[in-house]
Amino acid sequence: MTDRTDIRAMVQARLAKRYRAEGRFRIFGILAIIAAISVLALLIGSIASQSLSAFRVNELTRSITLDANRVDPAGDRSEASLRRGAYNGLMQDALRAEFPSVENRGDLRQLFGLYTPLNSARLQNRVLADPSLVGQTIDFTFPISDDADRYLQGLTTTSQEMAPGGAATVSATTGEVRITADTDVFSPIVADIRETLIARASQLENRASRYEARATATVSAEAAEGLGREAAQARSEATSLRELAAPAGESVNMSPDLPSRLVRINGGVVQIDRISDGGRTAEGRVLVALDHTSTSQDWSIWTLDIPQSARRILDSQIVWTETLRERGRVVERFNTYLFTNADSREPELAGVLGAIIGTALTMLVTMLLAVPVGVATAVYLEEFAPKNRLTGFIEVNINNLAAVPSIVFGLLGLAVFISLFGMPRSAPLVGGMVLALMTLPTVIITSRAALKAVPPSIREAALGVGASRLQTVVHHVLPLAAPGILTGSIIGLAQAMGETAPLLMIGMVAFVADAPSLSLGGLTEPATVMPVQIFLWSDGAERAFEPRTAAAILILLALMIGFNAVAVFLRRRFERRW
Amino acid sequence: MNTKPPSHTVRAYADELTALSDELARMGGLCERQVGDCIAAVVRRDPAVASAVVEGDQKVDAMETAIERRVIRILALRQPMASDLRASISAYRISGDLERVGDLAKNIAHRTHELNKSEPLDLTRSVERMGKLVVANLHRCLNAFSTGSADECLAVCRGDEEVDEHYNSLFRELLSFMIEDPKTITACAHLLFVAKNLERIGDHTTNIAEMIHYQLTGTEWRRELPHDPTSMA
Amino acid sequence: MADSGNRTSTVYHDAARNLAAKITLDGVDVFYGQKQAVHSVAMQIPDRSVTAFIGPSGCGKSTILRTINRMNETIDIARTFGSIRIDGEEINSKEVDPVLLRARVGMVFQKPNPFPKSIFDNVAYGPRIHGLATSKTELSDIVETSLRKAGLWDEVADRLDQPGNGLSGGQQQRLVIARAIAVSPEVILMDEPCSALDPIATARIEELIDELRENYCIVIVTHSMAQAARVSQMTAFFHMGDLVEYGPTEDIFTNPHQSRTQDYITGRFG
Repeated sequence: MTDRTDIRAMVQARLAKRYRAEGRFRIFGILAIIAAISVLALLIGSIASQSLSAFRVNELTRSITLDANRVDPAGDRSEASLRRGAYNGLMQDALRAEFPSVENRGDLRQLFGLYTPLNSARLQNRVLADPSLVGQTIDFTFPISDDADRYLQGLTTTSQEMAPGGAATVSATTGEVRITADTDVFSPIVADIRETLIARASQLENRASRYEARATATVSAEAAEGLGREAAQARSEATSLRELAAPAGESVNMSPDLPSRLVRINGGVVQIDRISDGGRTAEGRVLVALDHTSTSQDWSIWTLDIPQSARRILDSQIVWTETLRERGRVVERFNTYLFTNADSREPELAGVLGAIIGTALTMLVTMLLAVPVGVATAVYLEEFAPKNRLTGFIEVNINNLAAVPSIVFGLLGLAVFISLFGMPRSAPLVGGMVLALMTLPTVIITSRAALKAVPPSIREAALGVGASRLQTVVHHVLPLAAPGILTGSIIGLAQAMGETAPLLMIGMVAFVADAPSLSLGGLTEPATVMPVQIFLWSDGAERAFEPRTAAAILILLALMIGFNAVAVFLRRRFERRW
Repeated sequence: MNTKPPSHTVRAYADELTALSDELARMGGLCERQVGDCIAAVVRRDPAVASAVVEGDQKVDAMETAIERRVIRILALRQPMASDLRASISAYRISGDLERVGDLAKNIAHRTHELNKSEPLDLTRSVERMGKLVVANLHRCLNAFSTGSADECLAVCRGDEEVDEHYNSLFRELLSFMIEDPKTITACAHLLFVAKNLERIGDHTTNIAEMIHYQLTGTEWRRELPHDPTSMA
Repeated sequence: MADSGNRTSTVYHDAARNLAAKITLDGVDVFYGQKQAVHSVAMQIPDRSVTAFIGPSGCGKSTILRTINRMNETIDIARTFGSIRIDGEEINSKEVDPVLLRARVGMVFQKPNPFPKSIFDNVAYGPRIHGLATSKTELSDIVETSLRKAGLWDEVADRLDQPGNGLSGGQQQRLVIARAIAVSPEVILMDEPCSALDPIATARIEELIDELRENYCIVIVTHSMAQAARVSQMTAFFHMGDLVEYGPTEDIFTNPHQSRTQDYITGRFG
């Protein structure tokens, strides 16, 4: 029989170990939470930082005179007539007015590349909405092209501006001009170019010798021949580059493969094509007309680091955009187009409105189908159905259905709803039905759990007073189970909101340019939903779609958080009432 | 007790307790009348009153049985606590004492018939005085019950000392009377028994007072009898 | 009364035979699946009095109580056989609607279970669903009367719209009793109504039962013999599904005929 004190000593001895184990467990718990939070922060942080450039847009404001002849050809201010108006022409004229020196067709095409003609539709809608505007001059604001926008946001290329000092004279104010400086200020450029050329030439020579080595090493004759050809080609390129770089050459030509150089002088901008005269003279063409040709002490050389061949936006377009900004015609604002427009081929006009409306309509259908049917099923299975093998079998199957991959429901929708019943593809109605099927098992299972949690004393009390089974359930059990049912339904719906695969199967992946109307008819119009929109944008060709994809992801996350916040609020309200 | 304590939540229980104490009071009143009547029978030498007392004792016995039944019922069905428990137990014992008082009164009444066969004695006056004391004490005791006064109980016990002294002196007187005039021995003997019975009634009265004191205060109180070796009690 | 094998037969005191019965049980057997919980119980329960069912845990007293309003039917595996008559009408038959039966036979449970509604709605629920009131004022009258009868009106008259489960335990149980009375039943069944309450609340409920028995037939199941002794006029002692002894409460508690009864009452077993 162990002594009391022995027992106490034993317990004491183990105590420290137990507390240490507990301490370790606590630390693991905290570390796990920190890890989870940091991963989450990292994820959201990276998405958010990627999306920043999508929330700002540079908009161009021009005053446009709505000349009656061009806007209203029939002259009667009728809708049919107004629709035939040449709105794009008006916009082009407005832009030309800004840069009157641009004349030839090629240059003009470049200038008009600063915005997308789709904007003319907005101008047309404005006139249609208010025909009294015909003949007046209005200010019209529209976004510049995504390439120009990206440049202005600093995402395309870095640039440097350097004032070399000294005097420079320009030969003319427009067209091809010559800039003469009093010192060889352009020499560094020449040296730079030569360096780049030589570096590239030696790269090519290395490659050629590698090819030659492989050619001798390889067995097959054809391969050797092919490699030999490649090597020769590389060598010849290298030779030509070296020639270009030869200091013997009096002049050096700029090429699109080299960083672009421009000169800002006398209120205009000249693009440099050649440098000659030992670095004193530069020849090029005027992009923005100069004010005068007098000698200037105050001029600068502007370098664009990424060569033109490596980017989409041309030097001329960069210069015009920069000039418009300096003149205050282009202003950076918050990108409301992201929220007010439906999808578009042009990133600057693309928005999530269509997807949001599509999501709203689809969710509405899902909710109206899944929740009543699911809750009623749970009530029947829990309160009324006898507990026999059939109901056990049904229960097992419901649990299994909850685990079925969602894309299977998409296939079901495709085969049954679209092919068999002939319902319209890509419609929120069909999408909602498919998602409802997918959400149904979740709603049933959570509702059953909520019903089970209602204490049987309430049911007994109701039955004891003489309520029928249905009255017991509807008057007493359901109100008490309502918070749990609500939470379960909203969780299921929030899951459905983020589903992409089944909707892809039923065709909600098409490019839908018009937002569906927020009405009963909108249920059968083609639409898309937020997750699918994100999927489509992530595939988009333009670089500008990348930040927009990230922005759409953030919007979707915000929607889901909002949804869940509503769930928490409703649940609190229900709980407090009872 | 000046303030009325809150009544029982269950009215029926309160009613049962009240009925018990009412019946006890009635029994006490009946016994008091019996004792008074039996003394009157002795003093007035009235056989009719004596017979009435003898018959009246049946009623006393019946009341005792009834009170016993009540107490058992209360104990079984109500599980009385504290003051209610003391009240029930006291009621049980008081009814027993009262029944003995009734029996003693009946015995006194029986003796009347015997006494009437002899000449009236002067000492009957003393017996009458003693009897009146006893009746007064009994009355005071029953008052203590109905008013709930513990001090009255103490007074009752002190009053019985006077009764005992009366008995002692009566005993000596009767003894000397019998020695002086042997013809009166029979009558004196009967009178002695009557006095003895009265003294016994006084003792029962103090028992009742003790029970009432216990019921009221919860403390047992056995009065220390200053035992007088010369007394024949 | 059928005797099944080696089971001892019931001892009925004289007063328990041939009384003017409100409820008559005859040959009542209750099975839970294959297990028989109640063996052939026969007794007559008088009107306008309180009958107590006592016995150790698991003796079947609650089961028998629940046969009277057919609450056992809510348990899937329970089956009740035998005759149960209220005022001579057989109620243990398929033709009798349990919903109607439960409007005649009210029930109060062990743990107070007011609905999570307001006090008014709690009491008004029964009359509402059975259509006992034709107007709002009638309904209010029924609610007030029931609350008065349950001795709760003075305490809650100014807060009828507050939730029922904000009251104390004893008040909740009285509310439940008011709810049961509101449909004007003939019989009130109580399954250990005071076991979750403190002594003061218990005393108030017992006083209420005393008042109610002038108008209702009350059957109460209780673990506390003292409560059975205080509250009832007839007591039935059950043991392992049998009715062992049945008679007036005073006799059972002062002089039981069966030794099993005596042993249980004196605390020698159970």
